[in-house]
Amino acid sequence: METFALTLAAILVAGAPLVLATLGETLTEKAGIINLSLDGSILLSAMAAFACSAAFDNPWLGVLAGMAVGAAIAGILGIVGIYLGQSQLAVGFILTLLCRDLAYFLGHNYSRQPGPDLGLWTIPGVGDITFIGPIFGSQSPIVYLALAAIFCCWWWMFRTQGGMRLRAVGESPRAAFGRGIRVRLVRLYYCLAGGALVGMAGAAYSLAVKPGWGRPQGCEGAGWIALAIVIFGGWHPVRTALGAFFFAALQVSGIYLQEYFPSIPAPVFQVAPFPMMILTLLAVNMGRMGWVQDLVRRHPILKTFSKGWNIEAPAALGQDFDPKKGL
Amino acid sequence: MNRESLLTQIGWLCAALGLALILTIIVCLPSGAPPFETIYVLFKGGLGSMSKIGRVLAGWVPLTLCAVGLLVPFTARLWNIGVEGQVIMGAVFCTAALRFFPEGGGVVQIILGFAAAMLGGAVWALLAGLLRVFGRVHEIFSGLGLNFVALGVTMWLIFGPWKRPGVASMSGTQPLDISLWLPRLGTLSVSWVGLALAIAAILCIYILLHRTTWGLKMRAVGENTKAATLFSLGPRRRLLQAFMLCGALAGLAGATQVLGVYHRLLPAISSNYGYTALLVGMMASFRLPLVPFICLFFSILNVGSIQLPLQMGLDSSLSGVIQGVMVLSLFIIQGMRLWFRQRRETN
Repeated sequence: METFALTLAAILVAGAPLVLATLGETLTEKAGIINLSLDGSILLSAMAAFACSAAFDNPWLGVLAGMAVGAAIAGILGIVGIYLGQSQLAVGFILTLLCRDLAYFLGHNYSRQPGPDLGLWTIPGVGDITFIGPIFGSQSPIVYLALAAIFCCWWWMFRTQGGMRLRAVGESPRAAFGRGIRVRLVRLYYCLAGGALVGMAGAAYSLAVKPGWGRPQGCEGAGWIALAIVIFGGWHPVRTALGAFFFAALQVSGIYLQEYFPSIPAPVFQVAPFPMMILTLLAVNMGRMGWVQDLVRRHPILKTFSKGWNIEAPAALGQDFDPKKGL
Repeated sequence: MNRESLLTQIGWLCAALGLALILTIIVCLPSGAPPFETIYVLFKGGLGSMSKIGRVLAGWVPLTLCAVGLLVPFTARLWNIGVEGQVIMGAVFCTAALRFFPEGGGVVQIILGFAAAMLGGAVWALLAGLLRVFGRVHEIFSGLGLNFVALGVTMWLIFGPWKRPGVASMSGTQPLDISLWLPRLGTLSVSWVGLALAIAAILCIYILLHRTTWGLKMRAVGENTKAATLFSLGPRRRLLQAFMLCGALAGLAGATQVLGVYHRLLPAISSNYGYTALLVGMMASFRLPLVPFICLFFSILNVGSIQLPLQMGLDSSLSGVIQGVMVLSLFIIQGMRLWFRQRRETN
């Protein structure tokens, strides 16, 4: 029981940055922008967060620096993609590669250096409760932040005016424009906000999950997984967060499996989430294939399962909107 | 849309290069490196001597093979991000085929190695294609996932079944017999076989895309999939063909890495050429005539960057930064051009 609780605690820590990154991307994509730069963004903000916290000896300044870097990268994507009308996919992909190399280049001097990390927060009283205690009693602050972010995102998206505007801009920018919403500006804001969350995810890696900086840091590839989780989660913050924890569970179980199968080299387990990513995307998208739909029509019993498949992307995802062309 | 004069076009290109230079200098500053000296060291490291030029050409071969291959799926408007994995699988298949000849061999065995590599790359690309066509998995995710899987396979082979007797390490498998190495061009580290393959690939792809009905139909599929279906051009089959052709060329690039450069399989066998080739493609706006020259330039940067840690104590990833900054600047300038034109039209 104790080890099970500790495993859950480990999953929470490993999943927290993924949750932050996926929530950030969900916000951005809900507004209709695809930010493909996640992987490089996370790496560069992880480097910036570590460098800043080492320079000022304060990890929270590092978190702020990470968020600023994440927002800045998303800002470049936003301006070039929204206002200058270039392909979001292309610019995002360039930024991924660019930020990745930039992180290694600028972080050279901080490689394998000591630096502060976020440590643990202990909530008084919770630690003594059986089972819950070991999981939540004393955790990295990033876990609490991530859990709070899930609720905040859900509340903002589905319970506020601002959230309604966000969804309108992503679903039907023309209608939103007709209602007097400044579509491009709103999109840019959510691009920045999402980028800041992605930056926080980077800071979470270098200050909490795998403290320190080096080449490789250990969070390479996380951004791509996060991008896939957003699709898996159907652009819904709670489902996305569950997906993130599911993938974190896979990563953690990979570490345990390694103990049971010592003959299989460690790097093999590190790539395990990627085939899983492909398979989950396959499962999620299968429902929309013609031959699957035929099958469901012929065997109505399958319809009960197909409900889970009905995931719709924001209708205007990745599409330009030019107010000058009018309604 | 009226065509702008050559002078304006060159002006915009200079603006893009200027922006790239400024951004590079800004990037260099926080690391405390003198920007112009760094850039000088970078280019001298790539062009300083004949042996360095040989290494540049050795890098140009796989990069060109990948970038030229990428034009095919791009014509059908597909993003084959999986090139990296296809290079790796080409190298794996090539090594697998040549492991049957530990005593070495000759031309026949080398051709067999090339064929196996093309098969490996094509199979890996086909996987991404099938996932896209029959599973609606976007090719960016399937390609990327397969890249990591290919890396995992290589690691497993190097540390597992193919490990060197005694030690298994990142330095790779047992080197191939010297009779299986590609012949070098004089004393340079580049093989004429590789150069010939790259040039042949450029010519073949040019003829295929611009001089055959196959290429014309492929363009039609890229322009409008729905119309292509109605005209029974078989877009699905064509998408798969595009992926496989690109994968085969990427696999060939992997084989040149194994047979011509490293002479064995190592974890870093692909040297990131797949991702760099995507940058090349975007930089060239997927125009074939520009591709070989941009590949050459990027290859000079890659070889030159090896000097940075030795001479200046900097990380060698600066070459990647400059490549990325250049493509990004080009996109920014293109966007600004568009913006200016729109403003002129509205006034």
